[in-house]
Amino acid sequence: MSRASPAAWWFVAPALVVIAVFFVLPVLAGLALSFTDFDLYALADVGNLRLVGLRNYLRLLQDPLFWQALGNTFYFVVVGVPLSIGASLGAALLLHSPLARFKGFFRTALFTPVVTTLVAVAVIWRYLLSTRYGMLNYVLAAVGIPPVDWLGDPHWAMPAIILFAVWKSFGYNMVILLAGLTSIPQDLYEAARVDGASAASRFRHVTLPMLGPILAMVAILTIAGYFQLFAEPYVMTQGGPLQSTVSVLYFMYEEGFKWWNLGSASAVAFLLFLLIFAVTAVQARLARRSVAA
Amino acid sequence: MLRGWLRAGSRWLLLAALVGAVAGCSARHDDPNVVRFWAMGREGEVVAALVPEFERTHPGIRVDVQQLPWSAAHEKLLTAFAGGSTPDLCQLGNTWVPEFVALHALEPLDASVAASSTIQPADYFGGIWQTNRVDGALFGVPWYVDTRLLFYRSDLLAEAGYTTPPRSWTEWTAMLDAIKQRLPGRYGIVLPVNEFEPLVALALQQDDPLLRDGGRFGNFRSGGFARALRFYAGMFAAGYAPATRDADVSNIWNEFGRGHFVFYVSGPWNIGELSRRLPKDLEDSWATAPLPGPSGPGASIAGGSSLVVFHASRAKRAAWQLLEYLSQPDVQRRFHALTGDLPPRRSAWRDAPLADDVHARAFREQLERVEATPRVPEWERIANEIRLVAERVVHGELTIEQAQQALDARTDRILEKRRAVLARASAP
Repeated sequence: MSRASPAAWWFVAPALVVIAVFFVLPVLAGLALSFTDFDLYALADVGNLRLVGLRNYLRLLQDPLFWQALGNTFYFVVVGVPLSIGASLGAALLLHSPLARFKGFFRTALFTPVVTTLVAVAVIWRYLLSTRYGMLNYVLAAVGIPPVDWLGDPHWAMPAIILFAVWKSFGYNMVILLAGLTSIPQDLYEAARVDGASAASRFRHVTLPMLGPILAMVAILTIAGYFQLFAEPYVMTQGGPLQSTVSVLYFMYEEGFKWWNLGSASAVAFLLFLLIFAVTAVQARLARRSVAA
Repeated sequence: MLRGWLRAGSRWLLLAALVGAVAGCSARHDDPNVVRFWAMGREGEVVAALVPEFERTHPGIRVDVQQLPWSAAHEKLLTAFAGGSTPDLCQLGNTWVPEFVALHALEPLDASVAASSTIQPADYFGGIWQTNRVDGALFGVPWYVDTRLLFYRSDLLAEAGYTTPPRSWTEWTAMLDAIKQRLPGRYGIVLPVNEFEPLVALALQQDDPLLRDGGRFGNFRSGGFARALRFYAGMFAAGYAPATRDADVSNIWNEFGRGHFVFYVSGPWNIGELSRRLPKDLEDSWATAPLPGPSGPGASIAGGSSLVVFHASRAKRAAWQLLEYLSQPDVQRRFHALTGDLPPRRSAWRDAPLADDVHARAFREQLERVEATPRVPEWERIANEIRLVAERVVHGELTIEQAQQALDARTDRILEKRRAVLARASAP
């Protein structure tokens, strides 16, 4: 790297400049903005702009709604990510099984939610989740469970959002894991079978270790993605009921683009960035250690 | 190495600057005879049908209508303001007027109105005209009005023993109670909990203003607001109204048709929706009524859209002429026929079809009693807080007193910048 010739820098220069202009500069501008109270009044007259130092951050840390948004986001990540990866892995294993029929069809069918428009499927899901006419409650009624007001009850709205998000996104990881499964050499399985390993221990001692790096990558990407929960509550619940589905990003959107408090919205964005960065760093370290072990 | 880097960087920056400059040039609008008119949603779709006649009667002026979706309009207007490309004439939700006044983006219209033969302030409903006055100056002319009142199933109300709609809160409560006793399985009323308008309408019926000290502080500690909130929350607590949101998720019109509930607090667009969507045999089974007040007929909220001229416009004269044209009573009647929007002028209501519309009649009566919401730029955010806090009260998480304190605290915090700006403006 240090020995690269100037010519090499010339070749990457366009990309670096684009990154600098469209990424680094805006990020720095955003950081600067987060130390001001830029809002509608400042837009009218820059004289109304006040440098507030860390007050945006302090205010956020005192705002119960921000903590609630943070709690909701963690809830979504902690429950949603294992569910999502579990579903992806399960579907990938089923599709990879030698017993599976019509693999092409099922692979496409399970991948379809990923490529459909979120807003369109949200409309359908709102009907599935409807208290009076929803299919979900219909099925629950068949086994004797009383109807649940999925999107109207503050306790059930987030589970409903998680269900929707997992359904919408598990196909993507499934395809990656399926590719990983295909690349595991068959001789490992054969050797394990000759040694008398059961299906469960073959999965435990052959499949999982071989998938390790891919699973780690999938986990990092999924967690970073799930922290940025926004579109699902935006189209399904608008953050309600009782703000039980307000995520950090949704909170930022309202602060910045609905109420035009860009200073405070930038502060939210930076807090979220720090959070994702910290979680990802810890995760990457854990993954590296487990691969090395 | 670094120097090469910088040289390359500066070259790209120069290119970027040039591209920006070219784009900036092409975005200038100087022609005083072309009116760029931005309108939103359904109004934006249909207003084009009214333009040809204007262009015929005003030779030389061309109108360029741009349609914005409501969901993106606010953002787009602020971006346009920041980028110096605001339109000449624009439809603006009347709660947005104070915000754009704070930006110094709107042209004061007092002089134009005084000189106009078409626009007579006395012909407009008072409350709705008032929404366009900010700090004593006029910044918009009402285009259509929106308010909230009662839609109800007259057949079910009769079944519960009442032939006329309620006029006061006491009568209203008695009816809701009768429905609960005599019509099991039906709700008395649906109050959409995702809207702030029903509760704010009840609060506007009180003598206490919602904000105090010239919009510097919240006034939710007042007895008036407590009365309104207690009455509102009481309808949920007594089981007259469902507290869930399921009514918005599934189809509210079907539910109304099935008689799932008797009263529904909603706005003028539902006259059209209900006439279209309800089966023929229910045609005479529903009606509208003005909003009951604490003692006798009460006020309701003055919503709707105004037409505003932007300060930066180069076509102000032409824009004003288009505004005058759109405000003529017969043009407003045609506009009503196209959209179902209710006109803000009394003279537009005098003839058919509005004068004969049985469902519009309650609105005509209500419009004489509409109240403007506080005219501060932060109002929409405050209204949103009212909705959120009220939702917590409905779910039993806050008492009335706690809600009042929470609302005052949140409102005072939202208005902190406004106080600072006002103090700065009054300082020498």
